[in-house]
Parts: sequence; structure tokens; C-alpha cells
Amino acid sequence: MVDLFELLIGREGDRDYKKKPVIVQGITGKFGSFHTQQMLAYGTNVVAGVTPGKGGQKHEGVPIYETMNEAVSATGAKISIIFVPAKFFLSAAVEALEAGIKLLIAIPEHVPVKDALTIVELAKKKDAIVVGPNTPGIIIPGIIKIGIMPASPFKEGRIAVISRSGTLMYEVSHNLSVANFGQSICFGIGGDPINGAPLIQAFDTIRNGANIDGIVVVGEIGGDAEEMLAQHIIDTKFDKPVVAYIAGRAAPKEKRMGHAGAIVYGNYGSAESKVSMYAKANVPVAKRPAEVPMLLAGKLEKGRIK
Amino acid sequence: MRLLEYQAKSLFAEYNIPIPKGLTSTDIVQGRKDAATLGFPFVIKAQMAVGGRGKAGAIQKCQNPDEFELKYPDIMQKVVKGEKTKAILLEKMADIKKELYLSLFLNRGKRCYTIIASGEGGVEIESVKNQIIREVGLGKVDAVTAEEVGKQIGLKDKPLTQFIDILQKLAKITIDKEAELAEINPLAVLGDDSVVALDGKVIIDDNAMFRHDELRKFQEVSELEERAEKSGFSLVELDGNIAVVGNGAGLVMSTLDMLSDNGGKPACFLDVGGGATTETVYEALTLISKMKKVKGILVNLYGGIVKTTTVATAFIKAYEDKVIDLPVFARMSGAEADKSKEMLKGSRTKMFDTIEEAINAAVIEMNKNG
Repeated sequence: MVDLFELLIGREGDRDYKKKPVIVQGITGKFGSFHTQQMLAYGTNVVAGVTPGKGGQKHEGVPIYETMNEAVSATGAKISIIFVPAKFFLSAAVEALEAGIKLLIAIPEHVPVKDALTIVELAKKKDAIVVGPNTPGIIIPGIIKIGIMPASPFKEGRIAVISRSGTLMYEVSHNLSVANFGQSICFGIGGDPINGAPLIQAFDTIRNGANIDGIVVVGEIGGDAEEMLAQHIIDTKFDKPVVAYIAGRAAPKEKRMGHAGAIVYGNYGSAESKVSMYAKANVPVAKRPAEVPMLLAGKLEKGRIK
Repeated sequence: MRLLEYQAKSLFAEYNIPIPKGLTSTDIVQGRKDAATLGFPFVIKAQMAVGGRGKAGAIQKCQNPDEFELKYPDIMQKVVKGEKTKAILLEKMADIKKELYLSLFLNRGKRCYTIIASGEGGVEIESVKNQIIREVGLGKVDAVTAEEVGKQIGLKDKPLTQFIDILQKLAKITIDKEAELAEINPLAVLGDDSVVALDGKVIIDDNAMFRHDELRKFQEVSELEERAEKSGFSLVELDGNIAVVGNGAGLVMSTLDMLSDNGGKPACFLDVGGGATTETVYEALTLISKMKKVKGILVNLYGGIVKTTTVATAFIKAYEDKVIDLPVFARMSGAEADKSKEMLKGSRTKMFDTIEEAINAAVIEMNKNG
């Protein structure tokens, strides 16, 4: 299994330690172009872009290639971020994985479930990690930002944030930063029903790979990812503080609340179901984003007393 | 998109899954003609996108024309869990020997399609006993798998043969139409051992609709929802009086929760998407102005990259153009917040540093106006 942190940071002594090369698919579009600038400004080593028909040109100083194969063989990059419209996502993602990409950040929203499932299957075969679709991406504050998140909410530190929502990841991280809880990694798993890297996988990757004092899980209604995570925390006896937030308590049933994945059928996907499972795992759930740092402080304090 | 029963059944018919003879109407004049064609007795079934119709009296047997004249208008006016009757299906009664449950659904946790079947159907899925659960990858079901499932729910002989055929066809519908759920409940074994779909529920992946023009005819969106979609927003209309707007689905849900916790009543959920520009916010305010019940607007924007002044400009323009004349309670984080506050001085938009303060002010204001 490929290691996320190895891909994102590398090892001391690597020629590109903390400077891992990244390819942007759809670099010349309005969205891709803007966020390429933002990533470059953060210090992310964007080495190539791919836009069919524009190979040989440069954009934001970054060379553009016709295909992923060309971009990968020219740069040796193992990370790619996709900005193409949802209906072109499948072919872009297949091209990236076939070209040898090991970490694929899938930004597009509105990707059909069938296409997401197809990519999940292919990623398994290729031993690659897919983050998203419908994700804000991943940031390791101070080191690398691969995504569409603003830089300002994040600060270096030892708390990991995993989120199903983009803006809530910013909001919660901002609240943490203000309370002096910097972040070791903020991982957007995406707001769709199918995640390339589901909640449990993101959780395990982080607990095993990052220097952390605690984990904050920002969830929402829909599906049973939080319930499964709670059970997983119990089963694996994870003993560092975990604090959760769940958006959508007041949402009506059977209505899709913006995210394709945020929908409750009967009790399946309801906030009550998630809160009660978290309670069993001894994970407190904040009522509002601003409460997260307080609950975390409480948990960390308890840990110290022991 | 959730299809109504008769729409789901039209898909079943297209794929040769047996359904009872039935006719659908939206007014009693056509209903009478349908009744005459079908012949008494039959069942009158409200077509609405909600479960529990039977218990709510939205499905009733009808023996003769007198009953028909009473029951048709009654069922036409039914509202169940907030859902209105959209049409009426008249359907021949079936001689039911046994009710089964069968569905294929997108299993989010396992990231594959999954069959659920049971020999004890006819009740809502939560109450279906002895469920046989079988994961089937991307949804394809071969004859061997279908036969195993059929045997596990206790079928044999003719009903088993028919079940195998129906399950494979249901799987084909799921794949072809990109459904998140295709459910037949009950799937009935009749007196003559034939197997028939007595109800149907199909939910299509909205994000796949661009590949399914043939399903557009089933799509029913309100004028506002359509307009929201065109702007790249997502809108859910609710019953209260405070419109809730923000950028990002999670953030708007979170705002809705906090507003409800404080006794406020949300009128809508409006997510204008990740970025917020003068144009998108202006368009959002225009949409809200068309909802008559709205008495105030709560705005929660997480800026970061966005300058709050671009948003403030939208409010000022919306008042100038007389698009809105409502109080706005806004929390905007991001660059140049002080300058935005200055710009909005004297307008009906109040800016707050935290969403909690904005919500408090909104709830107090709404209570003042009764």
C-alpha cells in the first residue's frame, strides 16, 4: 500500500523532500488556473499542467503537456490534482492512474456515482490513493497545499482535521488555529456518497503516519461513515482524543442538502444515529464549529491528568 | 431524483418486469375514463414521493363508481409527510399469495451495489425481516447469484424462475439508468405462481442526469430550484421565515442547525458554492426575493480568499435596485471586513464578527415582528 505521507512529504535526504512535484490537470481553465497560482504562492511544487491542445505552452510559468503520460515522464510526479468539469472527470482520472499517478486529488463536484466507483476500482488495482471527488483537497500547513482551500485558516501544529465538507474544514481549522491548535494535516474526503479515500481509511492513514495529539472529524448527515468510524475507534482501541462535529441536524429527511452525499433516508444517515454511535466511542460531538476547540481542550486535559 | 411509483413502473414495463394493469391520471375526468377502461374493482394509489402511503390512507381499494366519486378527490388532496399527491394511479387488484422484498442499492460504506431480498416484504425496509444481503460490485447480477438469492428467500419452481429473471432485469435498470436505489416492495407471488411488481421506487443519481435525456420527462423542479441550478447553487425550500445563505453545503447546514437551536425558523437552504462573488450573492438575493414567506436573510460566508467587500457591494446593489427590502444579518469572514462594515453603514444589512451574533440578532428581529 502506498504511503500518503511518503507521497506528500517524502523522507529527509530525498532530493525533493518537502517539495514533492505536483501535476495540475485542467490547468488553463479559470478555476484550475486560479488555484494553480494559489498553490504556487503557498510553496507547492507545481511542475506541470495538462490541457489537451495546449501542449508546449506555459501557464503561470508551468509547462503544459498534451497528456498525463508526457507530463509524468517529463517530471516524475506521483501526485496530480484534477480541475476538469464533472463529465470529463472519469477520462482525466483514468489517464492519471494509467500514467502512474499514486495520489490523485479529485476536486470536481457532481461526478456521477458510477464514474466514482469505476475510479475506486481502478485505484485499487493501481495501488493509488484517490481523494474526493468533491473535495477541497489536502493541506499540510507550512509544507504543501494541494487543493482549493484558502491558506489563512491553517497553522502548523499537531491536530489532524478530516472533513466531509470544504468550508466547514476551513471554519473548524480557523477556530482551532485561533485557539492555538495548529494542524498536522487537514484532509478533505469529499461530500459525495462515494469517497476515493473513505473516512476510516483517512483516519487510519493519519493515525499511523502523522505526529498528532488528536483528531477532529467534521462530518455531516448522510450515509454511515461516522457510525463505522465510531465502531472502528472502539474496535482498534484508539486512545488519542477524537472530537467530532456533524452538520445537518436540522435538515429535513429525504432532501439532498447541497452535497450529493448529505441525505437522510429514515434513520439511515441521520445525525442522531451518528451522535449516538460517537457517544459509544467516547467521542464528543460539538454543537457548533466554534465549540470544537473547547471540546478538544477538555479531552487533551483529561489525557494529561491520567 | 426520486421517481414516482407509476414512473418507476413504466421503467419496469420497458424492461419486461411484470406489473399489474394500471392507468395514471391527474384529474377526475380522465380518472373516470381510466376507471371505465380498467373496470371495477381496483386500487386507487396516490402518486407521491414518500413512503407510508397505505397507513396514511393514500392507497385505497375501490369497488364501484359511487366509491370512486368519493375516494378519488379525497386521495387527490392527500398530503403525507409534507408531500402532495402529484397524480393518481388506478391499478387492478392482485390475488396475492406471498409478499417479497427486493432492492438493489448503492452501498456507500462498502462502495458497491448491494442486493437486499426477503421472503417477508410489504412493510417498510426498516421492518423487513430475514434480509438476505449480497454485494454485487458495480451492479451486474448473473443468473447463478440471482438463483442463490431466490432460494435463500425460500422460493422454488415457477416463482423462483420468475424471481431470477426479475432480479436480473432490476439490476439492468440500476446499471443502465444509474440508479442509487431500485426497489420492488412488495414483489408479489400471485395465486397462479406468477411474480409481479406491486410497487416501485427508483432513485436516479442526479449527477448522472446529463447522460439520461430519456429520464428528463420525469424531472420535476420548481421554477426557483431550476433557476438556482442554472446559477450553480443548491436550494432546498423549507417552512420558516429566515432565508439561510452561505458558501459551501456543510457551512449552510451548520448555519441551519444553529439557527434552529436558537429558535429561528429557516425558510430555505441556499448554498451559493465555494466561491462568493458580487454576481453570485446578487443572484442569491434575487432568488430569495421571490420567496414570499421570507422576512429576513441570514448570511454566513467563509471568505478566506474572497474579499468581503465584493459581497458587501452585492448587498448595496440589491437594495439600490430594489431587489430586496429585507433585513440581512451577515457574518462574513475574510479580507477587508472593516471596510465592508463601513460600506454597509446605514443599510439594512448588519455585519457581525461571528455567526452566533448574527443568528441572535436575526431571531430577536423576527420575534419582534411576530
